[in-house]
Amino acid sequence: MASVTLTAITKRFGTTQVLHGISLEVRDGEFLTLLGPSGCGKTTLLRIIAGIEQADSGSVAIGGREVSHLRPRDRDIAMVFQSYALYPYMTVAQNIALPLEMRRLSPLGRAPLIGRVLPGTAAIRRAIDAEVRAVAEGLGLGGLLGRRPAQLSGGQRQRVALARAMVRRPAAFLMDEPLSNLDARLRGDARAEIAALHRSLGATVIYVTHDQAEAMTMSDRVAVLEDGRLLQLATPRALYDDPASLAVARFVGSPRMSLLAAEIRSDGAVTVAGRATGLGVDAPAGRVLLGMRAEGLALARGEGLAATVRLVEQLGPEALVHLAMDAAEETVIMRLAPDRAAELAPGERCSVMVIPERAFVFGPGGQRIAARAARQGAVAHG
Amino acid sequence: MAEGSLLAAPTVRAATPRAAQARAEAWAAWLLVLPATVLLWLMLLGPVVAVLALSFTDWTFGAPTIAWVGLENYREMAEDRVFWTTLANTVVYVGLSVPISVGLGLGVALLIEAGTSGVSFYRAAFFLPVVATLLGMALVWEFMFHPTVGLINQTLTALGIPVRNWLKDPATALYALMAIGVWQAVGLNMVLFLAGLKAIPRDLYEAAAIDGADGAWERFRRVTWPMLGPALVFVVTITAIRSFQIFDTVQVITDGGPEKSTSVLLYLIYQEGFQFLRSAYAAALTVVFLAFTLAIILTKVVLLDRRAHYG
Repeated sequence: MASVTLTAITKRFGTTQVLHGISLEVRDGEFLTLLGPSGCGKTTLLRIIAGIEQADSGSVAIGGREVSHLRPRDRDIAMVFQSYALYPYMTVAQNIALPLEMRRLSPLGRAPLIGRVLPGTAAIRRAIDAEVRAVAEGLGLGGLLGRRPAQLSGGQRQRVALARAMVRRPAAFLMDEPLSNLDARLRGDARAEIAALHRSLGATVIYVTHDQAEAMTMSDRVAVLEDGRLLQLATPRALYDDPASLAVARFVGSPRMSLLAAEIRSDGAVTVAGRATGLGVDAPAGRVLLGMRAEGLALARGEGLAATVRLVEQLGPEALVHLAMDAAEETVIMRLAPDRAAELAPGERCSVMVIPERAFVFGPGGQRIAARAARQGAVAHG
Repeated sequence: MAEGSLLAAPTVRAATPRAAQARAEAWAAWLLVLPATVLLWLMLLGPVVAVLALSFTDWTFGAPTIAWVGLENYREMAEDRVFWTTLANTVVYVGLSVPISVGLGLGVALLIEAGTSGVSFYRAAFFLPVVATLLGMALVWEFMFHPTVGLINQTLTALGIPVRNWLKDPATALYALMAIGVWQAVGLNMVLFLAGLKAIPRDLYEAAAIDGADGAWERFRRVTWPMLGPALVFVVTITAIRSFQIFDTVQVITDGGPEKSTSVLLYLIYQEGFQFLRSAYAAALTVVFLAFTLAIILTKVVLLDRRAHYG
C-alpha cells in the first residue's frame, strides 16, 4: 500500500480545459473519494493517475515514486471500471488470472500451445490458479469460476472486476463509479462490501462518484471537484459542518441547503429582510447569502420571517416542510417533528426563524464567511 | 317430447370463445405471411424444386418432349473429366482466395483503425474496387496482365523478376483471376471489419493495458481477435459464398481456358445451360453448386456460430 501524490495536474481536451492544476495527496491506506457533478473532471483525474490518460503538465507519484512517465502496467495500480471491462470471451477464472499471467510468465510461456509444455510454467500456473481461487472465494465467487461474464448478474460481475483488481495486491486501487450500474438495493450491499474490503485490506483506494451519499458513507476524506478545480478536501463530517464554499455546501448533504438573501449591517450583524438572525461577522456591509440545512430552520414562536407552506413531506421519523419565502428565490426546506408538521397545511402562512449555530454565511462570490452566533430571538420549535 | 329431445341430446357448442379467437388469430397470421410466402416459393424455393426435378430429366432447351432419366445426368457428371477439373479449380480458388482476402481485409482495417491522417482517403481507395463494375475492371486487368506491354510484367521486368504469360499459361491463369477476385473482395471485408473493430469497447483495451497487455501483439491476441469473432465468421461466410460464385472474370477474360484451367462451376453451368442448351445437365450441375453453398452455410451455423458468440 502506498500514498498517491498529485501535483498541479492540468489537462485540456481540444479547446476545453478540463483540469486546472489539481494538487492533492492520498495518504497510505486511505479511502479518498473524488466527488463532483458530471463533467467536473474526476474521471479524467483518475485516468491520469492510472496512466491511461496523460496530463498536459504536473506530476503523479505513487509510494513516493514518480510515475508520470510510466505505463499503466508499471505503476502498480489496479482499476475497477464503471462498466467492469471484463473480457467477455474468458471465464471468470481466466479474467482474474490474466494480470498475474502477464506479469509472471514470459511471452513464450504465455503462448497458446508451447507455453503449456515449457518447463517451469506448470508450477507458475498452479500458483496462479491457487491465488485466483483464494481471491474468488474471498468474494463469494468460488462456484462461478467456470462461467463467462454474460452468464453472471450485475453484482457478480462487479465482484469479478474487484477480484481482478485485488489479485495483484497493488499499491493503490482506483475505482471509477463501480456502483452506478447496479440497482438501488444492490448498491447498498455493494457499498458495505467495498467499505469492509477496504478495512480488511488496509488498501489505498481512490474512488470516483457523483453520488454524495456514497462519498459521505465510504470515505476517510472527500475531494470535492467542480469544473476541473478542487473546491475542498476534507473528511465527510468537515464537509458537512464546515463547507469552504457555497458550491461545496450545496453539493453535499440531502436535502439541498436552502439559501436566503441576507445583508450585513454596519455593525456586523447579519439580517434577513431587516430582521436580525443572531449571527455576526467581521466583514464589511453588503449583500450576502445565508445558507442552512433542513435542521437549521425552526418555527418561530412569535415574530419571525414570513413563509407560506407549499408541501409537507412525512418521512416517518421526521417531516420536511417545503416553504416559499420572500427572502428566498428557491423553495426553503425545514425539518420538523412529524406531529407538529401534521398541523400545517399547504397554503398556510407561518413564521420561521434561523437557528444561528447551524447557519452558514456566504459572500457574493460563494466564499464562506466565518460567523459568530449570539442567542437572540425566540426559542426554536421542532 | 320436445323437452325430452332437448334434455336428451344437448347440442355441443362448436368451440369456446377463446379457441375461436385463437383460430382467428392463426388465420390472420397466415394471411399476413401469405404474400411473403408466395414470393419465397415463386422466387426461391420453387425454382430450387424445379431445378432439382429438371436434373432428373433429359430436357434440352426448346425440345418438344421431356422424359424422366433418373440419375443419368449425375452419372455423366461423375464420368466427365471436365467436371472434376472444374470442381477442383473452384475448390482451389475458394480455398486460397478466402483466407487471403479475409487476411488482407483485416490487415487493412487494423491499419486504418490505428491511422491518424488520411484515413478517409485510404478507406475510399480500398473500397472503390467493390463498387466498380467488375466487367469493366476485368478488361483493365486483362490489359495489365498483357505479357509484354501490360503494367504487371513491365514492373516485374524492371525489378529483374522473371515473367510469364499469366493469363495464357494453364499453370498460372487461375491464380491471375484469383488476384483480381481478391482485389475486389478486400474492400468489402475491410469495411465489415472496420465496423467490427469500432464495436469493441475502448475500456477493454484500457483494462488490458493496466493488466499488462499493452503491446501490439498482446492487444490483438487478447482483445481484438476474440472480440472480432462474430464479424470474422460473417466475413468468412460472405467471402466464401461470393468467391464460390466467380463468373465475370472467367467469362470476360479466359472463357474457361486455357485448357480448362480456369473453368469454374458457375461458368460450366452457364456453358452447358445457355451455350450448349443442355438444360437438364446444367440443372444437375446447379444442384451440386447449391449443395456446396448449403454446406458452407451449414458449416458456419453449426461450427462457428456457437463458438464465436459468448453468452
